[in-house]
Amino acid sequence: MGFYEVYSRYKNFQGFPDDAETRDFLGALSQEGCASMEEMAEKSRRLTLRHFGRVMQLYTPMYLSNYCENNCLYCGFSYDNDIERRRLGFEEVKKEAAFISGKGIKHILILTGESRTESPVSYIKSCVRILKDHFSSISIEVYPLTEEEYSELVSEGADGLTIYQEVYDEDIYGRMHPSGPKSDYRFRLDAPERGAAAGMRSVNIGTLLGLNDWRKEAFVLGLHAKYLQDKFPGVEIGVSLPRIRPQVRGFKAAYDVTDKDMVRIILALRTFLPRLGISISTRETAGLRERLIPLGVTRMSAGSTTRVGGHTIEVPDGGASSQFEISDERTVDEIRAMLDKKGYQAVFKDWMNI
Amino acid sequence: MAGDILNIGGRAVTNRLFVGTGKFSGYEVMRRSLEEAGAEVATVALRRVDSASGAENILSYIPKGCFVMPNTSGARNADEAVRIARLARAGGSGDWVKIEVIQDNKYLLPDNMETLKATESLAREGFKPFPYMSPDLSMARRMADAGAAAVMPLGSPIGSNRGVRTRELIEILIKEIKIPVIVDAGLGKPSDACDCMEMGCAAVLINTAIAIAEDPVGMAGAFSEAVKAGRRAYLAGLPATSAHASASSPLTGFLREGK
Repeated sequence: MGFYEVYSRYKNFQGFPDDAETRDFLGALSQEGCASMEEMAEKSRRLTLRHFGRVMQLYTPMYLSNYCENNCLYCGFSYDNDIERRRLGFEEVKKEAAFISGKGIKHILILTGESRTESPVSYIKSCVRILKDHFSSISIEVYPLTEEEYSELVSEGADGLTIYQEVYDEDIYGRMHPSGPKSDYRFRLDAPERGAAAGMRSVNIGTLLGLNDWRKEAFVLGLHAKYLQDKFPGVEIGVSLPRIRPQVRGFKAAYDVTDKDMVRIILALRTFLPRLGISISTRETAGLRERLIPLGVTRMSAGSTTRVGGHTIEVPDGGASSQFEISDERTVDEIRAMLDKKGYQAVFKDWMNI
Repeated sequence: MAGDILNIGGRAVTNRLFVGTGKFSGYEVMRRSLEEAGAEVATVALRRVDSASGAENILSYIPKGCFVMPNTSGARNADEAVRIARLARAGGSGDWVKIEVIQDNKYLLPDNMETLKATESLAREGFKPFPYMSPDLSMARRMADAGAAAVMPLGSPIGSNRGVRTRELIEILIKEIKIPVIVDAGLGKPSDACDCMEMGCAAVLINTAIAIAEDPVGMAGAFSEAVKAGRRAYLAGLPATSAHASASSPLTGFLREGK
């Protein structure tokens, strides 16, 4: 049974889950008001400390290519967008790698748009080979691959897979991804599972908040994480909770997701899955990120850019070729100092090539 | 207590509180906690050691006189544990290695089979393996036979702070296994550590309970005292306990009748 069967069961949100944990998770997401939030927050903080300690893992994204055959309505890299397209050459990859690792970061997340002609698996493999000299852990956030392709990347040295379903609601997914290979909902839905089966050490999934009722999306995201945890107990499962940010296309999110909603999602997920990794990226403001730290977050990006070559290559386009705008523009050192002040140790290295 | 030396893995240790170095809010508070505990052995996850870059290195915060035992945290099978141990030794950390092989990210329970395999391989390569294990007598015997320096059974799952939930099994290991038994994981309170020492454990390893305490340094001191008290009680010989009072002898009292 794949996760689609689990999703299908809850697709129309009729009836209640059989088991108490899932019912509690749904209950925690569904509550209104703030009455019980402080209590939930205290429990979430306790669970996070026990399982992860007073530490925060830091990583930085590195965009390799923005060529894309998809037309995701919310994304700056969409095929129809008239932006400067670029793919880093291998020398440029080395330069970006040296710059980022020079800041102390040892965990890199590499990203490409979806184009099997412009950024084929062979290109990604070559980049991984280069990056191994600079980083102790390499995660990929690229288009969905087959299990064999994931295995090839694992053999090359990639150890983490990040892939967001974007929106679990199948109908909305169809509307948001009208053309290109990404319109295949099921191939993307099963990608995390293929990556885990291929030997990835960590698998990170997510839903793009704002495309659907956040309660429904967060619920299915939690179920997906639990499904993966149960099926692959040796793999570290994590989630990201990206909220839609402004980008060149001017897409407006159809559903509001407030800061309070974000907090509720984090607390509900932490209580449901105490060992789940939770990432908060620089999409969120510095102020909110700091407040979310003690509530259950385990990973943060730092020193980010969402432009290809954004760390070392100047492009005078006013940010038009970025995937989306970031909010927290602090440097790695500033994030480290902030964490220290809040009583958390920034962890730059948590794995190595062995 | 003077002269109460634990001879283990070719070293003589007087402080039976081993301390783990993960989960602390910073290296400085970790260092002060190790000092307050008077720790002579600290475990360090090699996966976290960053000696190559100019970044702060955890090893430079380990107090003088405290011996570093690298662990293979992150290993999912015997092969990965062996490779991590070799990297640690190549980095100059000596022969001691705490073997952690975990295939279960939900409970972080060890994989005894793979841990045994790693113990066998590493002992053959001249390491002093300290396998972290689920307390199982036949497995502990095999690990001892394979050349383990000690066995490290869990009290309860890592980070759970639930105390010695595996008491009966650990008591059997202490009674039957010839190498030191060091309870590792799950001890949440100084009284849990004291309890282990009263039972006759050779040592205990504490990490989470110290690292995430409001005052880690204070907690390190409390654990240190508890371990000493428990050890002292064990050496003094605890009186046997009984579940009920036994003023009379209902079964054998007749033997005294008519005296």
